[in-house]
Amino acid sequence: MSAQLRLDAVEAGYGDLVAVRDVSLEVRAGEVVALIGSNGAGKTTTLRAITGLLPVRRGRVEFEGERLDGLGPAQVVARGIAHVPEARQLFPTMTVRENLELGAARRARRRRSDALDLVFTLFPRLRERQAQLAGTLSGGEQQMCAIGRGLMAAPKLLLLDEPSLGLAPVTVKLIFENLRAINARGTTVLLVEQNVARALELSHRGYVIENGRIALAGTRAELAQSGHVRQAYLGL
Amino acid sequence: MRWGGLAALLVLLALPAVLSSYAVTIFILIFFYAYLGQAWNIVGGYAGQLSAGHAAFVGVGGYTAAMLSNELGLTPWVGMFAGAALAAVLGGVIGYLGFRFGLRGFYFVLLTVAFAEVGRIAASNIDALGGALGLYITFTGDPRQFQFQDNRAYYYIALALLLLATGVAWAIERRRFGAYLAAIREDEGAAEALGVDTLRYKLLAMLVSSFLTGLGGTFYAFYLFSLQPNAVFGIPMSVEIILRPIVGGAGTLLGPILGSFILTPLGELSRFYFGQSGLYGAHLIAYGLLLIGVVLFLPEGAYPRLARALARRRARP
Repeated sequence: MSAQLRLDAVEAGYGDLVAVRDVSLEVRAGEVVALIGSNGAGKTTTLRAITGLLPVRRGRVEFEGERLDGLGPAQVVARGIAHVPEARQLFPTMTVRENLELGAARRARRRRSDALDLVFTLFPRLRERQAQLAGTLSGGEQQMCAIGRGLMAAPKLLLLDEPSLGLAPVTVKLIFENLRAINARGTTVLLVEQNVARALELSHRGYVIENGRIALAGTRAELAQSGHVRQAYLGL
Repeated sequence: MRWGGLAALLVLLALPAVLSSYAVTIFILIFFYAYLGQAWNIVGGYAGQLSAGHAAFVGVGGYTAAMLSNELGLTPWVGMFAGAALAAVLGGVIGYLGFRFGLRGFYFVLLTVAFAEVGRIAASNIDALGGALGLYITFTGDPRQFQFQDNRAYYYIALALLLLATGVAWAIERRRFGAYLAAIREDEGAAEALGVDTLRYKLLAMLVSSFLTGLGGTFYAFYLFSLQPNAVFGIPMSVEIILRPIVGGAGTLLGPILGSFILTPLGELSRFYFGQSGLYGAHLIAYGLLLIGVVLFLPEGAYPRLARALARRRARP
């Protein structure tokens, strides 16, 4: 089966700094793929390059066979990719509901209310808190709100940047169960994580990124058994 | 709330019948600066893009309508839209330069100030525009030429302008456009990541804002019968435009209006009383102290605080 998302020798960075040197990867429709690596390895930069938040300086990004590099974030989102950014980036002085609705701002009103129902089914907590200001939610609820906001655009591909960041283990477990349910509904997921054990548990395949390059790729089982991954990322 | 607004409107409509001529003048200034503040509020408040050069749009709008009237005999009732359109073109240029190249915060402030200053210097040095002396409009008292014997006509026009700008701001607030602008103001990066076309909506806000501000330029010209480059294009004018929404609450519908009801009479009366007692310029000190107080104690403006107090009173049994 051909890839839904394909990155081919992508280079991206900030000013003189090249954060991603040579990243090639593939995500097939319906998969959960993990992109793992340590701080500063280039995980977030890769996601930002896919979404058009950072220009792709070299190489190419394709989504469903069409070039994505060179497009702005608005066009990328319109093609069916939603990005749940690192540290949530909610609008703290807006309510939960307003945050969610902004995720579907480009869609028709009726489709928006369907999407809202789906998000509330997945995250009943958000339904209870819909009138509350997003800034007053707990960390876990904020992450749910951020993921829900991404889902409001009814994406084919969901990009998640460190959804476990700063959350208690029990909350992380809950969030990852939600992600599994989202994937089971047919949404492809590209997951950036430092919590490698959790990420591999959820994923079909994974890539290890080091110093802006893909150092290792394989199925969940292959990565979990790799001596390098076990030593460097799982601490075994 | 709705009934309160309607009642306030009825009072304002009836008020000129009982007010002295001086009081009518103060209300005209309240409405006019609230109008300019509301126009600024669309880009500066809702979208959070601090333009400190809105005087440029007043200048372009006023000079255009005055020139068209003086040179071609075109009635300002039409010329005002030509002036507003030109102001919007300038707003589009400033907005595109600022937003396309990602100027934020101070850099955008400086860009807007620079454009207003260029306008001031240009108007001061172009003889066809009256140079440093500015343009004078011959008083005819002909309503078809936007001129009125009776001060109260200006009162109603200024009130209508204020209602127009407030209606536009209200419509924006209720639509997706308003939600986009709020998202841009709160966290532009996050708005962008959600797929909001931030350049487009900031630009649109700038166009609407500069158009309305330009419309106000015509009122200014034909209310005062003169346009001086330093007065209309100058930094003090830009500051006057910004102060009211900031004091009243930027990004709120009633903020610019409340701000103008606070600041305009204060400015006028303190100028009058301090001037009478020979303390020329002391009104600026009073003004300055008030601003420091607002920034320290009401950083989000007076309206959000007032709205919360009212909500609490209503919630009480």
